[in-house]
Amino acid sequence: MKIHEYQAKEILARYEIPVTNEILCYSVSEVQTAAQELGFPCVVKAQVLTGGRGKAGGVKLVRNAEEATLAAEKILGMDIKGFTVEKVLVAQGVSFVSEIYAGLTIDRNTKSAVFMVSREGGVEIEEVAKDNPEAIFKFAIEPDLGMAPFLARKIAFALFDDFKLVRQATDLFQKLYKVFIDTDASLVEINPLVITSDNQLLALDGKMTFDDNALFRQPEILALNEPSEDEKKEIDAKDKGLSYIRLDGSIGCMVNGAGLAMATMDMIKLYGGEPANFLDIGGSSNPQKVIDAMNLIISDKNVKVVMINIFGGITRCDDVAKGLVAALEQIKIKIPIVIRLSGTNSKEGLEILKNANLPTVETMSEAAEKAISLSVDFLR
Amino acid sequence: MSILVNKNTKLLVQGITGRDGSFHTQKMIDYGTNVVGGISPGKGGQTVHGVPVFNTVADAVKETGANTSVIFVPAPFAADAVLEAAEAGIELVIAISEGVPTLDMVRITPYLKKKGTKLIGANCPGLISPDEAMIGILPGSIFMKGKIGLMSRSGTLTYEMVYQLTHSGLGQSTCVGIGGDPVAGLYYEELLQMFEEDPETEAIVLIGEIGGDAEERAAQYIKEHITKPVVAFIGGLTAPPGKRMGHAGAIISSGTGTGAEKIAAFEAVGVQVARQPSEIPELLKKLLKI
Repeated sequence: MKIHEYQAKEILARYEIPVTNEILCYSVSEVQTAAQELGFPCVVKAQVLTGGRGKAGGVKLVRNAEEATLAAEKILGMDIKGFTVEKVLVAQGVSFVSEIYAGLTIDRNTKSAVFMVSREGGVEIEEVAKDNPEAIFKFAIEPDLGMAPFLARKIAFALFDDFKLVRQATDLFQKLYKVFIDTDASLVEINPLVITSDNQLLALDGKMTFDDNALFRQPEILALNEPSEDEKKEIDAKDKGLSYIRLDGSIGCMVNGAGLAMATMDMIKLYGGEPANFLDIGGSSNPQKVIDAMNLIISDKNVKVVMINIFGGITRCDDVAKGLVAALEQIKIKIPIVIRLSGTNSKEGLEILKNANLPTVETMSEAAEKAISLSVDFLR
Repeated sequence: MSILVNKNTKLLVQGITGRDGSFHTQKMIDYGTNVVGGISPGKGGQTVHGVPVFNTVADAVKETGANTSVIFVPAPFAADAVLEAAEAGIELVIAISEGVPTLDMVRITPYLKKKGTKLIGANCPGLISPDEAMIGILPGSIFMKGKIGLMSRSGTLTYEMVYQLTHSGLGQSTCVGIGGDPVAGLYYEELLQMFEEDPETEAIVLIGEIGGDAEERAAQYIKEHITKPVVAFIGGLTAPPGKRMGHAGAIISSGTGTGAEKIAAFEAVGVQVARQPSEIPELLKKLLKI
């Protein structure tokens, strides 16, 4: 789960990590008032749940009231990667001498949290990671020890020569680790963490994402969730036991199992088609689930054909076939369906589908080819 | 031979009285797995499908001499269940539970290391050595005893592969579902080494997924340590970046962990990558000259 910059900084501030003075605004007039209050220069920053705001023109430095108004008018309502900007953060301008990167995430290989810092913070950190990985220091944190003071100090010494800064950073890094652990975050990032002209560390930006699996024990974090329209659909699907992600193609997919669902999408692409969605219906033959899944797929108007790919493992194919027949009797859909059913009791399952006049194919590749040709026919 | 589980496996089921635990206990018994006990705090003394239930793993180990445990308890309690098994001296723990918080997995890792406990999962379908033991939720009937070792991050995709292997006459020594979570127990490297050392295994199938760099690391490991033929398949080549496709692990972030990178890593070390599941049996037959 993602949250906005202003929310991340509120959390950081709660842990006494110094952040910029700033005010959240929903309208041009609020921006004007906020800018007057904070004084000039200040920065108007789009609050959207996606990266690349700066490059999209969603962050503007303003020097006077007029510029603040212009920036607010331009940024509010702006589209950034499909997200409409509904609120902006007005942050006090800060003069600084240097930009640091500090981030915490989970490393699969060490199976621990890893702290990453770099002297080359700022918007180009991803390029630094690619072109000059030695400039990013990584420290795996043993969960038994946590961010012990000595470790925080070690990291701080890797960054700073000035002991005053080392002391500040040692304190800040321990707090940052505590935020990470306390909130079940999957990422906490301050970029940039600046050294101000009066030699203080200050978080100019903040980013946090959280482990979805842990939200059950993080009610305060969960309350910050602002799902987009597509995500609402995904959440609604999840409540019905379905895992759904909308894509842009024309071939609707219904598959059991996440891995097989991904492989099915790959297969469609391999044969030149475009999947309309990722949809994992899980391991049940419950007709209601099939009905819910079918309704979800056809709610996307781009869908021209539905491809059902079921591998019967624990769930037997004859049960799945009965579920499909029952479901398709209840919802009459006009677009063609291609069914591929394989695995345990597939013979019996295919017989049931044949008797119900539902066309089947034998392999995944056949299913993909047929679905693609049907989607093309449909367009003609 | 096989790896990790065999006829000598004495299995405990943690969460045996729950709906899933009970259902799959029956399936495991039907397959021929030696299920010696179950754990459900407060229900010690009962039986489930004829299997005695204990209050603690320690009690169960003392009474039955169990060496392996499978976990079906709900995700919020799964990490604690793994610790309990490790503390009681269980050598191999298989966590089926889905939705375990990542930091829980991080927290238990040092203790497992200290105790020498092997963990598979969480969020995995389990493992099987055909005709010897099946642990987890795998559909036993599609597997066939043989010489192919298989490891996978996905469930149904594994079944799809196995079904095609079995239908092509290629049996399996052991098939392991390592799970789809960001932090999991045994990974490719450890399993590759076990298959390398297993005299029964003649070739290895690795089913990967987008996200992370486990496949890239596996490729490096194969180059340095594995002499047996390996073929691979990567699921999710066409998945859009930043989306979680059911598996928490299967997410591409900022341009790393893409399918193309993984395929390139395997091909660079001479591991052939099938473009669709049905190519796997042919690739294996060619490599094994059958």
